[in-house]
Amino acid sequence: MQILTTLLLVLVFGPPAAAETIYVSNEQDNTVAVVDGATMTLQAAIDVGRRPRGMALSVDKKTLFVAEGDDNRIDVVDLAKRQVVGQLPSGADPEFFVVHPDGKRLFVANENDNQVSVVDIAGAKIIGTVDVGVEPEGMAISADGRTVACTSETTSMVHLIDATALELIDNLLVDTRPRAAAFSVDGKQLWVSSEIRGTVTIFDTATRAQTGKIEFEVPGIRREGVQAVGIEMSRDGATAYVALGPANRVAEVDTKTFTVRRLYLVGQRPWHVALSGDQKQLISANGNSGDISFIDLENREVVKSLPVGRGPWGVVIGP
Amino acid sequence: MKVDHALRALDGILRREMLRSLRQRARLFSAMVRPLVWLAIFAAGFRSVLGLSITPPYQTYVLYEVYVVPGLAAMMLLFHAMASSLAMVYDREMGSMRLLLTAPLPRWYLLAARLLASVIVGLPLVYLFLFVARFWDVRPPILGYVAVFPALVLSGLMLGAFGLLVSSMSTQMENFAGVMNFVIFPMFFASTALYPIWRLAEAGRVLATIAAWNPFSSAVELIRFALYLRFDMVSMLVVVACLVAFFLAAVTGYDPGRGLWSRRGGEG
Repeated sequence: MQILTTLLLVLVFGPPAAAETIYVSNEQDNTVAVVDGATMTLQAAIDVGRRPRGMALSVDKKTLFVAEGDDNRIDVVDLAKRQVVGQLPSGADPEFFVVHPDGKRLFVANENDNQVSVVDIAGAKIIGTVDVGVEPEGMAISADGRTVACTSETTSMVHLIDATALELIDNLLVDTRPRAAAFSVDGKQLWVSSEIRGTVTIFDTATRAQTGKIEFEVPGIRREGVQAVGIEMSRDGATAYVALGPANRVAEVDTKTFTVRRLYLVGQRPWHVALSGDQKQLISANGNSGDISFIDLENREVVKSLPVGRGPWGVVIGP
Repeated sequence: MKVDHALRALDGILRREMLRSLRQRARLFSAMVRPLVWLAIFAAGFRSVLGLSITPPYQTYVLYEVYVVPGLAAMMLLFHAMASSLAMVYDREMGSMRLLLTAPLPRWYLLAARLLASVIVGLPLVYLFLFVARFWDVRPPILGYVAVFPALVLSGLMLGAFGLLVSSMSTQMENFAGVMNFVIFPMFFASTALYPIWRLAEAGRVLATIAAWNPFSSAVELIRFALYLRFDMVSMLVVVACLVAFFLAAVTGYDPGRGLWSRRGGEG
């Protein structure tokens, strides 16, 4: 009987979502929207600097770093207080960055300066720079913390950087206008999305050879309308999620076969996607429609789209 | 009117409807194929039509296939109601309806029984369609299939009553072509079955107003909301009010003493 009741509750109200908080950077509102993951409601908007895009949690998950492209800095947001408590230098026009697993450094892509800046968090200063291609954007760091990948939009390359020596290791040519980079969970692959070609190229990190390419097709949408941007890897390593920009879709990709399992219809122009801690929910930040879409991965359906502000870009899920 | 007598009459009418419906294989088949053609071919060309707005009861963006399914379910009910009203004309011309109306039971009861029987016979096909639509990724919550039952019955009764009214006013079965042109098509197209109100409003205020007042729209929205476990009070009130109004008018129309029959005189 109890099983029946539970089943009925689940059928009526959907599976209980984890009590997590979703943070969304609104590029045109200069805010970070705070959304309760369980109730799927907007809780607050934190005022931050101008043109916030890339975001990342600190290693202890108590702090959120937000890159402010037009203010040339990174805001430090205290998640308990829900306000900006400090600032870090970032170099010019920071768009995206990653936190080093040691929790002490940020690697920031400076879109206008064609370099990657390394920021010491405790000292709030730039401790090094690495020159890369034109318009660096996507950033990824391997789980072991040794390699940083940076894509440059205009050069159409992914640059591999030694995180300790702060030197370029290699440059790999990718499809036009690469946006995001992501390491596979086992660290053996590097995935790079191309906005113009609408593809994801996969490299073997040991040999640095291209081992696969994923093309996306959305029925009813012309090829130019399908652009690959944000990438998120599932913790079990079996699945990758790719935001398809103006195609208004998020693709679910099998990481073994490099095939698209299914497409989810989300709001307009999703930029980035993020997985909940229990890996059961995927959130997409939809830039043009000003909302985020909640995808229930167990039932394989988009359950809700919630308006969060103008120009949602980055999305991060915290405790 | 004795209860057992009334039930026996209902039972008889229901059986007759079922037998007739099962014998008409071609009609059953076309009733199933019609919405599937709409879903598989028409909707495919409009996939991205709704990618711009969130229309309640949906909580997110939906493909056109998802949007159009409740409207197609209502379309099945509408065609069924009108086909049933055609059968009524046939019955009347061949005399079996007159035989039925000579039963020592109130006329309104016999007509209501006929109406209910017709809806009950039509529902399994609608459910079959809703389940087949799952292959097009139209997957409302499982409980939605339960919640939609009263909505389908109410809408079916309302459209059936409308069909009765139409049949009480038409004199020949050839009129069905006219019914198609002047009743089914306008009701179906000028409604929220195919496009939400905001989309119709872009085409013209008048069309949007007509669609908003069209009782068929209310039937569609009642079904749509119920399928997604929401209750649309306004639509339900409109459907019930129309059901009562159409039914009373139909009963009056079928009364040889007062209605249109007397005016038609010796004809038929």
